[in-house]
Amino acid sequence: MMDIKMEDQKTQTKTTQSLTMVQAINDALKTMLEQDETTILLGEDIGKNGGVFRATEGLQEQFGEDRVIDTPLSESGIVGTSIGLAVNGFKPVCEMQFMGFIYPAYDQIMTHASRLRMKTMGHYSVPMVIRAPYGAGIRAPEIHSDSMESIFTHMPGVKVVCPATPKDAKGLLIAAIEDPDPVIFMEPMRSYRAQREEVPTEKYQLPIGKGEKIKEGDDVTIITWGAMLSVAKQAAEQAESQGIGCDVLDLKTLYPLDRNLIAESVQKTGRAVIVHEAHQTGGLSQDILSVINDTSFLYLRAPIERVTGFDVPVPFFALEDHYLPTAKRVLSSIEKAVHF
Amino acid sequence: MSFKSPLEGIDEKFEMIQILNEDGEIVNEDAMPDLSDEDLVEIMRRMVYTRVLDQRSIALNRQGRLGFYAPTAGQEASQIGSHFALEKEDFLLPAYRDVPQLIWHGLPLYQAFLFSRGHFHGNQMPEDVNAVSPQIIIGAQITQAAGVALGLKRRGKPNVAITYTGDGGASQGDFYEGINFAGAYQAPAIFVVQNNQFAISVPVEKQSAANTIAQKAAAVGVPGFLVDGMDVFAVYQVVKEARERAVNGDGPTLIETMTYRYGPHTMAGDDPTRYRSEDMNDKWEKRDPLVRFRKFLEGKDLWSEEKENEVIETAKEEIKAAIKKADGHDKQKVTDLISIMYEELPSNLKEQMEEYKEKESK
Repeated sequence: MMDIKMEDQKTQTKTTQSLTMVQAINDALKTMLEQDETTILLGEDIGKNGGVFRATEGLQEQFGEDRVIDTPLSESGIVGTSIGLAVNGFKPVCEMQFMGFIYPAYDQIMTHASRLRMKTMGHYSVPMVIRAPYGAGIRAPEIHSDSMESIFTHMPGVKVVCPATPKDAKGLLIAAIEDPDPVIFMEPMRSYRAQREEVPTEKYQLPIGKGEKIKEGDDVTIITWGAMLSVAKQAAEQAESQGIGCDVLDLKTLYPLDRNLIAESVQKTGRAVIVHEAHQTGGLSQDILSVINDTSFLYLRAPIERVTGFDVPVPFFALEDHYLPTAKRVLSSIEKAVHF
Repeated sequence: MSFKSPLEGIDEKFEMIQILNEDGEIVNEDAMPDLSDEDLVEIMRRMVYTRVLDQRSIALNRQGRLGFYAPTAGQEASQIGSHFALEKEDFLLPAYRDVPQLIWHGLPLYQAFLFSRGHFHGNQMPEDVNAVSPQIIIGAQITQAAGVALGLKRRGKPNVAITYTGDGGASQGDFYEGINFAGAYQAPAIFVVQNNQFAISVPVEKQSAANTIAQKAAAVGVPGFLVDGMDVFAVYQVVKEARERAVNGDGPTLIETMTYRYGPHTMAGDDPTRYRSEDMNDKWEKRDPLVRFRKFLEGKDLWSEEKENEVIETAKEEIKAAIKKADGHDKQKVTDLISIMYEELPSNLKEQMEEYKEKESK
């Protein structure tokens, strides 16, 4: 059980509700809009339409057009105005409709949001969250399916968070909004409605920078996050039926990495398989490899395996299933590591 | 279908507003700003001071005592005139040539010099100065200004966000996105484009097929004005009215000031003789903002050579003292930088900090 920070434990009424991830995100946004006057949502179609994924459903109606703002279709404008709001004392939560649409805003994030604290020696911070649905698997058109965490983990000054479950999504999103630094909040759109989970109705935060061991096993460590968690778990179950025990780690935060979690597990198993759907070259798996190299090199019993997207743009969706790592590919890497 | 008709008559709608001509004469009595004699003298004092600051900054840069510097001479009416129309609580988002407005908004001179020297303290605005430090990425401040303005509106503050860019900045996507955003939400913003005719070396004619930058406002439903940027009255008055309009909830304004920088783009090796002629320089120097305002004030017996020399001497003294103060300021350390990256430092940065601590202790 993660250390969930309950902010009000007095309530005796119903303390959880069954939610999908997209509902949990909606609940987190609603909670923050209720509790913090300075929280403002900005994005394309987030108002009357409730967002293309309905993550902001009903929020404009409840909190008004001043706090849930339907913006012009202008990603750089959304992030630029959010920076302006942030230096003016607000906590903007802006939505990129898809992570693949974030590129026009890259300049604002890279040259301003990430640097303002540093260049003013803390006079200004940018307490902003950029929500970005990411990843392939929902048969969306070109550019809608990118998974570009590593361009942001390579950007000093921002944090990158990526939940895999409804409960984590709520707790991490609240933590991201409360965080005084800018957070890129990646939402696995494939998981938006894939599962329901009992989610606490209260306001709670999960710590940014902490991952979690989802499954315990002695032979190999599988390291992943977001939509790939279910793929990794499936592979781990198949491996178990062959007598291979897997530690499955859900990183949850991609910057800063939970290095202790990775090191402890790999030092126990001596083997690691890293799974992500982003392209391999320059992917976050390389930083995870470095963590293992720095902390656990002499514990290794086999080369570290990587199961990732290929070094091609996420293809048109007729091919996306071939691009995405599958449980079969993960299992084959587990076997390779164990039988080295 | 006539492809000419949509553009017909557009230039007449954006004729340049002038109040004080090159000879120091009022040519538009109706538009005269309501300024006291003290205000008039103060505007002149600031313009002269800013000209001296520019000359001294260039000299200090050549002596190796300042770093990054973008000369300002020629643009005093645009800079001082627009700033003088503001209130203390208004929020400034300047570009890198707009250090004078920051100084008159309250940034101490020694900090402006530290900014020039690449010291972070130059970016730390005093608590009572509503501003961000000068923008380096061309046009990026324009969307941010829309956001600051949106925040002012939401708080019900009787203030504006004002941002500055140059003619090159008006070609950026953020220029459109920022003004469009502010227009759509009637945010209290003022967008000033100081058209000094060149984006480094590229003439404004090559930036756009539009004859004015001011007319670009029409595309987003926002008023745009073309102003004589060497005429401090015209700049002041248009910004003043734009400010009132914004504070009254009537939305943003785009203002293009026609001006000229006498010096190079920056002191980092730009050679303007490669792209500007002597003729052109002469033509613009005849329009000088200080010369025409001095004539006007002398005509009213409000200014004299003696007074001007006094301002020049005071400026020189204060600059000297500020350089001394900047010299004495704490050197910045790598560990200071690392420690400020996040409110709570991640473990990788803690490790990197330890590494540098050791180096710095040697």
